[in-house]
Amino acid sequence: MSKTTRPGLPAENLSPRGISRRSLLGGTAAAATALALGACSPGSAGTPGAQKSVAGGGGSEGYDGPAVSLAFWNGLTGGDGPIMRKLIDEFNSQHDNIKVSMTAIAWAEYFQKLPAAVSNGKAPEIGLMHADDLATNAARQVIIPMDDVASALKLTENDFPTIAWKGGLYQGKRYGIPLDVHPAGLFYNKNVLEKVGADPEKPPTTGDELMAILDKCKSKGVHGMWTSALSVNGLESQTLVYQYGGKMVNDDGMSVGFAEQPGADAINWWKGLIDKGHSPKNAAADGNFVSFTNDKAAFMINGPWNTTPLNAIKKLKWGAAPVPNIGGTQAVWAGSHQFVLPRQLKTDENKAVASRVFVNWISQQSMGWADAGMVPARNSVREDPEFQTKGAVLEFAKQLDYIHFVPPIAGVNDVLPEWTTATSEAMLGKKEVQAALDQAKERANKILVSNNKKYG
Amino acid sequence: MSATATTARTKVDPAVDRPAGRLRVHAWFTPYLFLLPYLALLTTFVLVPAVFGIWVSLHDWDFMLPNKPFIGLQNYVDLFTPDSVTFPEFWNGMKATAIFTVASVPFLVLIPLGIALMLNRVFPARSLLRAMIFAPFVLGIAVVGVLFRYLLDSQFGLINWFLGLFGIPPVGWTQTQPWAWVALVGMTVWWTLGFNAVIYLAGLQGIPRDQYEAAAIDGAGSFARFINVTLPGLRNILVFIITTTVLASANMFGQAYLVTNGGPGDSTRTAIMVMTQEGLRAFKMGSATAMSYLLAICLAVVSVINFMVLREREGGK
Repeated sequence: MSKTTRPGLPAENLSPRGISRRSLLGGTAAAATALALGACSPGSAGTPGAQKSVAGGGGSEGYDGPAVSLAFWNGLTGGDGPIMRKLIDEFNSQHDNIKVSMTAIAWAEYFQKLPAAVSNGKAPEIGLMHADDLATNAARQVIIPMDDVASALKLTENDFPTIAWKGGLYQGKRYGIPLDVHPAGLFYNKNVLEKVGADPEKPPTTGDELMAILDKCKSKGVHGMWTSALSVNGLESQTLVYQYGGKMVNDDGMSVGFAEQPGADAINWWKGLIDKGHSPKNAAADGNFVSFTNDKAAFMINGPWNTTPLNAIKKLKWGAAPVPNIGGTQAVWAGSHQFVLPRQLKTDENKAVASRVFVNWISQQSMGWADAGMVPARNSVREDPEFQTKGAVLEFAKQLDYIHFVPPIAGVNDVLPEWTTATSEAMLGKKEVQAALDQAKERANKILVSNNKKYG
Repeated sequence: MSATATTARTKVDPAVDRPAGRLRVHAWFTPYLFLLPYLALLTTFVLVPAVFGIWVSLHDWDFMLPNKPFIGLQNYVDLFTPDSVTFPEFWNGMKATAIFTVASVPFLVLIPLGIALMLNRVFPARSLLRAMIFAPFVLGIAVVGVLFRYLLDSQFGLINWFLGLFGIPPVGWTQTQPWAWVALVGMTVWWTLGFNAVIYLAGLQGIPRDQYEAAAIDGAGSFARFINVTLPGLRNILVFIITTTVLASANMFGQAYLVTNGGPGDSTRTAIMVMTQEGLRAFKMGSATAMSYLLAICLAVVSVINFMVLREREGGK
């Protein structure tokens, strides 16, 4: 599923994934029960969007009311979680009357639990979401518009990369304040590059350069870049769809773009790695990560959330670079974490103000968040000289001008299972690439049309 | 029960002895009072959701949206209309579920029986072995899932390493068919056989020894004793085990979700996984509930056939 390749739930790491899934199984049942009960609660019939303007200048004037404690939910169950906790500790120590406590729930489960919590009046005060989930949750009235926060904090498009700023919008209203952008990147293993006679300080920038090094690896008996039919459906293949000039979902949200020529080219490129002997056949889903960390592969294209786990492996010598231009267009898949305010059935003015103070504070302090490998969304943070000391994340940041999101359409991620199935079947040679894509397209378009009807 | 209770009753005069007398006085609703906690839980968590689910399945239902249009039987009709959105996924899921059930149930019925027969003998360290056989069942599916992801890894896994010692090339346990099914069935058998084995053991110990002795005197060998004494003695246990195992296998979710993620392609995406995606990820609770009712009906039919087949044999004896 698409969510497995998301930050916080790296499919590439065995244990974090397994453990977080454990809680997921229990949570599914809990959410299902809550869902059945919650459906009768007044929450579902509440008046969303009827948000009063919040006193305290949307968080810009600080908070001096009575002590409040705020719940902050997110899906940062990977190496990024501890870094967010550190930031929250810092916030708490600076604010005597606000205590934020963080709960990390694996993303897939998070997006089930949060709506249930909202409809039961148990929603956390603050949440984190990916840009591509904002529209769905806005349409489902899980989160509320927060234009007041943006305007009170005088946040404008000039403070953020345009795409991240626009990624917080749904139907003209602001639902998210961008925390970061996390594009895919090329990770390279210096030990392996040295071993096969390539320059360990000069990562490839084009598809040809990459192939040249992979050929060197092959001549030394090394599978240079592992790929798996089980996991290629994520940012790896999607990056190439964009690079070959395609789109995952067309802007009108009524049809997918992944089944056109760029989609086929993308899959064929990855399949080619196996056919040409740069990847073993039948690699496991996390084969790219496992081979890379065991000095058995030179490269992997993966997300910046791998920074923390990679740093934790002392013997590993690695570097990160922008994804090489393989398809002819500079483009890269990216996600963006955005702060959101879940809908409350009972508004607590104090908490409303305090949570806005928190969002503002952490958005300004997102320098610390760069330690998780995430590119801070705030321009001012990236322009700060301190940012130049943050290592790998600088390389990810170089790609900000050509990152790609899916369009902000409610339910847009519902088509990803179709893409997953198609890439898996095509990579395994069970179906012709185009035939697999055509079948996926037919189903996916129906899903988009029915979503359009549902969310209106 | 009878002897002591009757004497106690005759000894005590109800009119005189108040404490005992009180205990015996009960109204018509007393048994219902005792049942009340159970009924309350059953009603709250099974009956009401079940009936409510039928209501949900008649709508285009998203519990967060104020507008939940009533669409009658459309969700069910869609599941039988080949060009609808839900048809291919649902029936693919049902097919995967059927394959898994058919492939796993024989092993889960027969292997534990064999193990129970062995564990029923007297030998040293018997209790230790019994505990070891049952141990995996205690583990959560998440633990088992992670464990088998390590074991089954095509390049770094222990199983392929072991096969490699015999010159067998690496098998793509989770990426290719039919190996994905072999892996899922295998891990499920390892994980859950202890439960069935314990039930069998309890059943075996309920068979009177003298029946075996009588059979032996009549000249029955060990195979004949098994056929004529053990199996008939286990008939009720067998019905229970086959029924519960079929239901458990048909509800398979965690194994495929954690180990193969529904792949390769969508070949191991079981019905429950399809429902999870439909109802809890895409928030189409209406069609997801319709799917779950269809699955429930199928399982009810299978269970009834189960009972009938096994009862027929009993009548034939």
